[in-house]
Amino acid sequence: MQLFPCPFCGPRDETEFHYGGDAGNVRPDGIDVPTDRWAGYLYLRGNPKGTAREIWVHMICGEFFVMERDTVTHKVLSSAALDGEHAA
Amino acid sequence: MTASRLATGGSAIDRSRPIRFSFDGTIVQGFAGDTIASALLAGDVAVVGRSFKYHRPRGIWGAGVEEPNALVDIGGSRATPNTRATTEPARDGLVAKSVNATPSALADRNAFLDRFARFIPAAFYYKTFMWPDWHRFEPRIRAMAGLGTVDADWTSPGMADQINHHCDVLVVGAGPAGLAAARLAAGAGLTVTLVDDQQSPGGSLGYRAGEIDGKPAAVWVKETIAELAAGGHLILPSTTALGIYDHNLVGLNQRHFDGRPDTLWRVRPRQIVLATGAIERPLPFANNDLPGIMSADAAFAYLRRHAVLVGRRIIVATNNDSAYEVAGALAEASAEVRLVDIRRNGTPAAPANARLIKGRSLASASGKLRVDGVTLDDGTRFDADCVLVSGGWTPTIHLFGQAKGKLAWSDARAAFLPGDPVDGIAVIGAAAGAVSLSEVFAGAGPAFAPLGQTKAPLPRSTGPKATGGILPAWPIPGSKGRIWIDYQNDVTVKDVELAARENFVSVEHLKRYTTLGMATDQGKTSNLPGLALMAGITGRTVPEVGTTTYRPPFTPVPLASFAGARVGELMAPVRRLPLENVHRANGAVFQEYGGWLRPAHYGGYADAERSIADEALRARQSVALFDGSTLGKIEVIGPQAAAFVDFLYYNTMSTLKPGRCRYGFMLSENGVVFDDGVLVRLGEHRFVVSCSSSHVAAVHARLEEWRQDRFGRGAVYIHNATSDMATLTVSGPNSRKLLKALGLGLSLGDADLPHMAIAHGSYAGDEVRITRVSFTGDRSYEISIRADRAEPLWAHLRKAGQAFDAVAIGLEALMILRAEKGFIVIGKDTDGTTLPHDLGVDGPRVKRQTEFVGRRSLFTEEASRDNRMQLVGLAVPQGEAPLPTGAHGIKRIDGRLRSQGFVTSSYQSPTLGRPVALGLIERGATRHGETIDIQHLGKISKATITAPCAFDPAGERLHA
Repeated sequence: MQLFPCPFCGPRDETEFHYGGDAGNVRPDGIDVPTDRWAGYLYLRGNPKGTAREIWVHMICGEFFVMERDTVTHKVLSSAALDGEHAA
Repeated sequence: MTASRLATGGSAIDRSRPIRFSFDGTIVQGFAGDTIASALLAGDVAVVGRSFKYHRPRGIWGAGVEEPNALVDIGGSRATPNTRATTEPARDGLVAKSVNATPSALADRNAFLDRFARFIPAAFYYKTFMWPDWHRFEPRIRAMAGLGTVDADWTSPGMADQINHHCDVLVVGAGPAGLAAARLAAGAGLTVTLVDDQQSPGGSLGYRAGEIDGKPAAVWVKETIAELAAGGHLILPSTTALGIYDHNLVGLNQRHFDGRPDTLWRVRPRQIVLATGAIERPLPFANNDLPGIMSADAAFAYLRRHAVLVGRRIIVATNNDSAYEVAGALAEASAEVRLVDIRRNGTPAAPANARLIKGRSLASASGKLRVDGVTLDDGTRFDADCVLVSGGWTPTIHLFGQAKGKLAWSDARAAFLPGDPVDGIAVIGAAAGAVSLSEVFAGAGPAFAPLGQTKAPLPRSTGPKATGGILPAWPIPGSKGRIWIDYQNDVTVKDVELAARENFVSVEHLKRYTTLGMATDQGKTSNLPGLALMAGITGRTVPEVGTTTYRPPFTPVPLASFAGARVGELMAPVRRLPLENVHRANGAVFQEYGGWLRPAHYGGYADAERSIADEALRARQSVALFDGSTLGKIEVIGPQAAAFVDFLYYNTMSTLKPGRCRYGFMLSENGVVFDDGVLVRLGEHRFVVSCSSSHVAAVHARLEEWRQDRFGRGAVYIHNATSDMATLTVSGPNSRKLLKALGLGLSLGDADLPHMAIAHGSYAGDEVRITRVSFTGDRSYEISIRADRAEPLWAHLRKAGQAFDAVAIGLEALMILRAEKGFIVIGKDTDGTTLPHDLGVDGPRVKRQTEFVGRRSLFTEEASRDNRMQLVGLAVPQGEAPLPTGAHGIKRIDGRLRSQGFVTSSYQSPTLGRPVALGLIERGATRHGETIDIQHLGKISKATITAPCAFDPAGERLHA
C-alpha cells in the first residue's frame, strides 16, 4: 500500500486516491483544434518508465494535485496543489 | 515405543497442566505448552497425514512455519483447514483431523494410489483428462487429491480485528538477531515492535547452546523481553509477518488460539529489521519422505523445548556443521546416534557418544508406515527408528524478496542471501547468512542506523562458537529411486526431470508444471533443492536458474482476517433515505438503485407487478407522492459560477434567470452524454446542479476537477448538499391542490410559479424550496426540506392526499411514467457512444459559440456519421406483450443478420393500455413509422419506430 502526500491532508493510503491523468495534458479549446491534436488530448498518454507527473485526487477531501513519482520504484518525489493550472 | 517424552526438562511445557485432545479420533495426551506436533511426537504418533497425490504416509518434518507435512484440520469451534501442527498449540478438548486421509492417516483407504505412482507423474492430469472434458473427471480427482477440507457450514465467529500501527522499528523475528536489534533500538530511544511466529521468543536460543554477556542464553532472552516490555514496546508472539507491501507497509497475522479470528495488523514502521532466521533443508535420498525422517534442527527443538526424544536409534545425516550439536545432544539424552556426514574432510570433531561416519551419504531409507533403516552409498545398512537430516540452511528472505530486494548467491553458504540493500529494510542474523552469535550481534548494531545509533555495547557471545561449514548436497539428476523434492505436493526428482525434458526449464514454468513450491508451505523446504536440481539438469548454476517470485502471504492467512469488518451488509454499504423507516411502515418494498436503497413499490397488492401498475395508473389519475431525496443537489457558488456551469453543461446555462431552472446534459470530453438533469439558478452567482441519483459522487468530482484544474479556487465554490435535504415530489393533475392544502405560505399560481421555476416557502418553521419540474410529464412540484424535518411533511402529504386518492409511488412506477413520456435515464437509454444529438438535442452543438466540455468531440467524423444510433420509441402490434429490454433490432445484409440497435426501456403502460418502449436504433430519428424486426433469444417479432414520447406529446398535462 503506497502512501501519497495529499497537499491538504498529508500522507494517506493510496486507496483514498483516484488517478486523474497525466499532468501537463493541457486542454486545447475551440472547434478548430486539429483532429489529431484533440485525439492526443483525449487518448495519448506518455506512460513513462521512471519519473511521471500525474494528477491525482484525494477523494476524502476533494483535493486535486500534481504528484511526481517514479513508476518503477514507486517513490513519491513531490506533490503540489492545483489552482487553475490548466486554464486555457 | 520409539519416540518418547523424557522424564525431565522441556522449557516450553508445564507438567503440572496435562491436557488431552483428539487426533483422527484417538485421544492424545500432552502438557500445556505443547504444540499439536510435539504432543503427537511424545505419543509416538508417526503418521500424521497423507500426501497430496499419492497418499503416501507423512510424518512431522519440522518445528515451525515451514512444515510441509503435518497439516491438520481443526474442528470444533474453529474449523480451520490445513493448520500447521508445528505452530498450533495443543489445547484441552481440541479436535484435529489429518488431511487427505480417510478415515485416518494411519489407515487411509486411498493408500493404494501410491502403487500407481509411476503412471501419474507431474502433469498427468493435463495430458490424460483432455477428452471429452476435464470437468467430467474433476469432482472425483478433487475428492482423491488435495489437502484439508473446508467446512462449508462454518462461519466466522465474529468480525476479525484489523489494526493500523506505527512505530520506529519493526523487528520481525525474536531470535538472537531480532532480540539484539530490538534491545539496541529501544536503547537508542526508538519505539520498537517485535513480532515472532512462535509462542515464546528466543528462536534458536531456545535449544542451541549459547552464552551471552556471561549469562545462559535463556536468561538473556528473558531479560531482554522484560526490558522491552518495561519500556512500553509492543511484543507480539504467535504473529507472522505475512508480507511487505508498497512503501514498506508490513502485514502481520496474529493468531489467538481462543476462538477469536486472527487479527490483521497493518504496520508502517520507519525501519524494518528482518531477523527471520533460516530454514533447514532436506537431503536427497530414496524414500526420503518416510515418517520418522525429519529435520535435525526440529528434533533438537523438540528435545529442549518439549523434552521429546524423537527416537532411540537415530541416524543423523548432514552436509554441514549444524547437525553436530544436535547429534551430541541426542546422544547425551541416551539415544544411539550415528552421524553420517557427506564430507570427508574439514568436519568438526565427533560429538561425545555419537559415532561419526565421514564421506558417506544416505542412498535410501526403508520402511512402510515409518522408517526402519537406511542404506548408505557404500551399501552399509543400519536399522533406525528415526532419521534426522540437515541439508544446509535456506535464509528466510521471502519478505526481502517481496520488497523487490535482489538476492545474491553465496557459494560459502550454498544459499541465496540478501543482495543490494532496500531502503528502510535491514536483514540480519541467519537470514543474512550469519552463523555464530558474534556475527549475528555485529549485524544487529547497524540494523536501524538510518534512525540513530545506540551508545549501548553490542551483546557479546561468551559461549561456544557455531561454525557454518557446508558441502552442497543437491539432488543429482538420474538418481535411482523415488527421491522427494517437495513433500507437500509429491514432487520427486523424476518430476523435475520430466519438466526439463518437456522444456519447462524456467523456474516459474517448473513450479506451475510440477506444482513444486505450491500450496500451504509454498516450498519453504523444497524450492532451493528443486531449482538446484534444475540447474544440474540443464547445466546451469543455481543463480543462473534463479528463484520464483516472492509474493505474500508468507504463511496462509484466513480470508476473514483480510475482510475484517467488510462482511455482510458492510461489504458494499448502501446509502439510505432519511424516510426509510416511514416507507417501510407504509409497506414499501426496497431495492438497491445505483447504490441507494429505495422503495421499488409500495405493497398495495401481494403481487408486485399489480402494485406497480396500480401506482402508475393512479399517478396519472390524481396525484402521486414520491421520495426523490436521492436526487443530486450540488451547489455551485461564486463570482464565475455562470461561466463555470456554461463550461460544464452542453446547454447554455448563463442565460438562465435567477429563480428559473433548465434541463441539460453534461458531456464527457469525448462528447458522450455523461449525465442529465435540471440546473436551478438560485441567484446571480448561485446554482444548484440536480444530477442523477447514482451520479452524484462522479458529478461532484467532475465539478471539483474543472474548478481546481481550470477555473481556480477563487472562481467558484462547490458544495454537495445532496444528503442535507430530503426532496418529496408531488406529481399529477391534483398536485397543486394537494400543495395548497399544506399551506406553504407562497403563491402557487402559474404566473408566480410556472413550469421550470422555483419558489421558497416554509413548512413548520423550516424553509422549503419548491422546484416545479417534471419527470412524469404531469404537473409536478419537488419540495426540498431539511432532511431531519421531512417526516412530518411526508405524513402531512399522505394525510391531506387522502382527499385526492393520492398514491405513494416507488421507483418502478416512476420508470413507467417517464418511459411513457420518452424521458431517458442516462446509462439505460444511452450507452458509452451516445452523443447529445443522438438524443435529438442538436441545438447547442449547432448554435453555441462558447467552449464546453466535450465540444470538439461533437465535430469529428464519427460524430457526424449519418447512420448513428438515435433515440426512438418502439410500438408493438396490438395485443402483444412488451418487448424484452435488450432485444436487438435486426436487419439482413447479404443474407446475414445484423444488429441495427436495441431496446433500452420497455414497460406495459397501464394508462395507455399497451406496451411502451424506448430504443437506440440506427438513423432512428428519420425512420418514424417504419416497422422493423426485433430479435430476442432467437425469436423475431415486429415493432414500429415512433417518436420517443408516447403520452401527451403536446405536453398539455404539465399545465393541467
